[in-house]
Amino acid sequence: MTVEQIVSEGKDQFPIGMRVLAVDDDPTCLLLLGTLLRRCQYHVTTTSQAKTALKMLRENKNKFDLVISDVHMPDMDGFKLLEHVGLEMDLPVIMLSANGDTKLVMKGITHGACDYLLKPVRIEELQNIWQHVVRRKKKDRCNSGSKDKPHPDSGEDAGIGNVDNNGKLNKKRKDQNEDEDDERDENGHDNEDPSAQKKPRVVWSVELHRKFVAAVNQLGIDKAVPKKILELMNVEKLTRENVASHLQKFRLYLKRISCVANQQANMAAALGTADSAYLRMGSLNGLGNFHTLAGSDQLHNAAFRSFPPSGVLGRLNTPAGLGIRGLPSPGTFQLGHVQNSGNPTNDLSKLQSFVPGNHNTNILQGMPMSLELDRLQHNKSVGHIGELPTTDSTTVFPGSGSLVDARITGFSNNPLLGVTSNSLMLEGSSQQATSHTSVSAIGFQNGNALSDFTLIAPASNQLQDSKADSQGQASLINCNAGQIIRSAPQEWNAPRKDAPYQSHALINSSIPINSAMIQLGQCLDRNNSIFHRTTDLDSVGPLNFVDPLSIKHSEGDNYIMEPSVIEKEGYLMFQPRPHGSHVPDNTGSLKDLASAMMKQEDDFGCNGYSLRTSI
Amino acid sequence: MDVVNQLQRQFIDYSASLHREGFLDDQFTQLQKLQDDNSPDFVVEVASLFFEDCEKLINNMARALEQQQGVDFRQVDASVHQLKGSSSSIGAMRVKDVCVAFRSFCEAQNREGCLRCLQQVTHEYSLLKNKLQTLFRQQILAAGGSIPVVE
Repeated sequence: MTVEQIVSEGKDQFPIGMRVLAVDDDPTCLLLLGTLLRRCQYHVTTTSQAKTALKMLRENKNKFDLVISDVHMPDMDGFKLLEHVGLEMDLPVIMLSANGDTKLVMKGITHGACDYLLKPVRIEELQNIWQHVVRRKKKDRCNSGSKDKPHPDSGEDAGIGNVDNNGKLNKKRKDQNEDEDDERDENGHDNEDPSAQKKPRVVWSVELHRKFVAAVNQLGIDKAVPKKILELMNVEKLTRENVASHLQKFRLYLKRISCVANQQANMAAALGTADSAYLRMGSLNGLGNFHTLAGSDQLHNAAFRSFPPSGVLGRLNTPAGLGIRGLPSPGTFQLGHVQNSGNPTNDLSKLQSFVPGNHNTNILQGMPMSLELDRLQHNKSVGHIGELPTTDSTTVFPGSGSLVDARITGFSNNPLLGVTSNSLMLEGSSQQATSHTSVSAIGFQNGNALSDFTLIAPASNQLQDSKADSQGQASLINCNAGQIIRSAPQEWNAPRKDAPYQSHALINSSIPINSAMIQLGQCLDRNNSIFHRTTDLDSVGPLNFVDPLSIKHSEGDNYIMEPSVIEKEGYLMFQPRPHGSHVPDNTGSLKDLASAMMKQEDDFGCNGYSLRTSI
Repeated sequence: MDVVNQLQRQFIDYSASLHREGFLDDQFTQLQKLQDDNSPDFVVEVASLFFEDCEKLINNMARALEQQQGVDFRQVDASVHQLKGSSSSIGAMRVKDVCVAFRSFCEAQNREGCLRCLQQVTHEYSLLKNKLQTLFRQQILAAGGSIPVVE
């Protein structure tokens, strides 16, 4: 049979004619593999260079159905190649090696390989590899059928949204900030091209990602294997491969975040800085955000103040405040960047979750993120970040890198999220003497916030460790709080100081919630309004921390939380959880929040919520 | 016919003995099965490639182990790993077994042990090469061909 024949027949007589790309630096093995594959009636292309293979794949993604690659190669590690292919082309990849160590096999799985074969490879094993292609195609078909939209509709589910993910992932690696947008867009488009080969891409919607994160948290990030995650998630049409590749990306994301988080801690202080800084952070991209936040440095007090309302939240999240300092696990999700301020809007929109306030409009709005926290599912770690709304979900990973997940996770549970978690971090960042930004206040959940806010704000002192400075605070305010925050925006700035706002700080510090806080409470009312913005956001919306707490601080005690104020200050407001779940009617008092937060704390474990200041 | 049969039998016997002695294992049989009209010289091709590769790897290892300053065991290990892969692919069992032992010496960074293993690998490889060449010759004959005589 000539090659052409095979090719033309391939489409009709699948698996006959399936196009395989084989990569192995060992000529003996390569020849053997190629022969075996041809004996199975596949159409085979062989190369001994991984770089050549990638080039071929990049030239035309539709040229191949499947890739088989050796693990040990001189020019490029097999796993690296695997990652590239998974990210860029979304093709099934089978690993091949003479070494069958469990660790290596696991590595293959986590990197997204759909199978792992041992040398010497037998023809029987190769005769069944076409199943991987079919599986993926099927997923694609489902995806394309249902979704077609660029939004994270429910339609997207399983399916390796590699394209999106890839894009996202790549972006994340490089530059979080703009990615968000792109990714979102990608979601929409990627899936198309259903025809060609397979490419069923799973779009990792917020919902899906949330589930994923929940599953991962449940299992523990170290023990999370695709199979178990898949079982826990219990989503139809989601394959292990999808989960595996997503997990891989997620892990990378976490790693990134943790790096960022460290940096962020410093930034927390910066949170005080105002708006501009935050706004940058806003780019919810999450991971990237922190950096920006950090950059802003000013975040501390100053930031708050100037922070545009939306910004507040964002900033607060910024790693610095939130958690970075003392806040628990860097993973904590940063509550959506609060960033709101100006810039964030872009991001926010994307991130949805984080951006709660982006716009100057109430910070709370931006906040949705914080609420998202709930969704995030507390688990502090990691998972939540994913919650970030955006459709891509994956990318969303807490954008705010700094605060990342952990914090956010905490949120998910409690409305207070913001507050409770230490993340409110208000601060920790010491610097701001004035405001300890411990925005903590955000935690308020409905109305109560005020009381909580106080905690938060004053927390700065209390906050001790987590520099949470304002940032943290902001985030705390989960949904409800978010509202409050709005009202109390101003104070946040002040607090910034490092009051590492531990969640307890919030609670404990019975900060005299100024009237402002109370006002916040009012604002909070059902939070969701603000937060919802993104609705999807699950992730913590950028909490605008209102710095009501700053009551104590020199900044100004006016807690008046007027929404406008808040905005100005750029508080981090917690986005009241969209669902408004915990939020007890607005009337709650801070105390409630505090307690809620406390609970949250337990849940989250993480102290600071990294509110992403989606600035 | 008789002669052919005889030769064929000879071939089979020899092949069996190689298996028995552990020079070849089941994988080699698989290779032989892969040979068909489309790729009539498949086994010979693969074997030739293997020998070439083997020599290259052995040289690499020897060079690396000779380094007086400091042996780069990682490099040696990489070569051994590759040799292990190709020998198992072709069914060269004894070579592969030596590789396994070789690897553990590499991990232990035992230069002496590695050198010993290298020697063993070289020995096994030569043995195998000879035997396979004999086998192929017999294969040709059994197929009714004749060994070309070089004047």
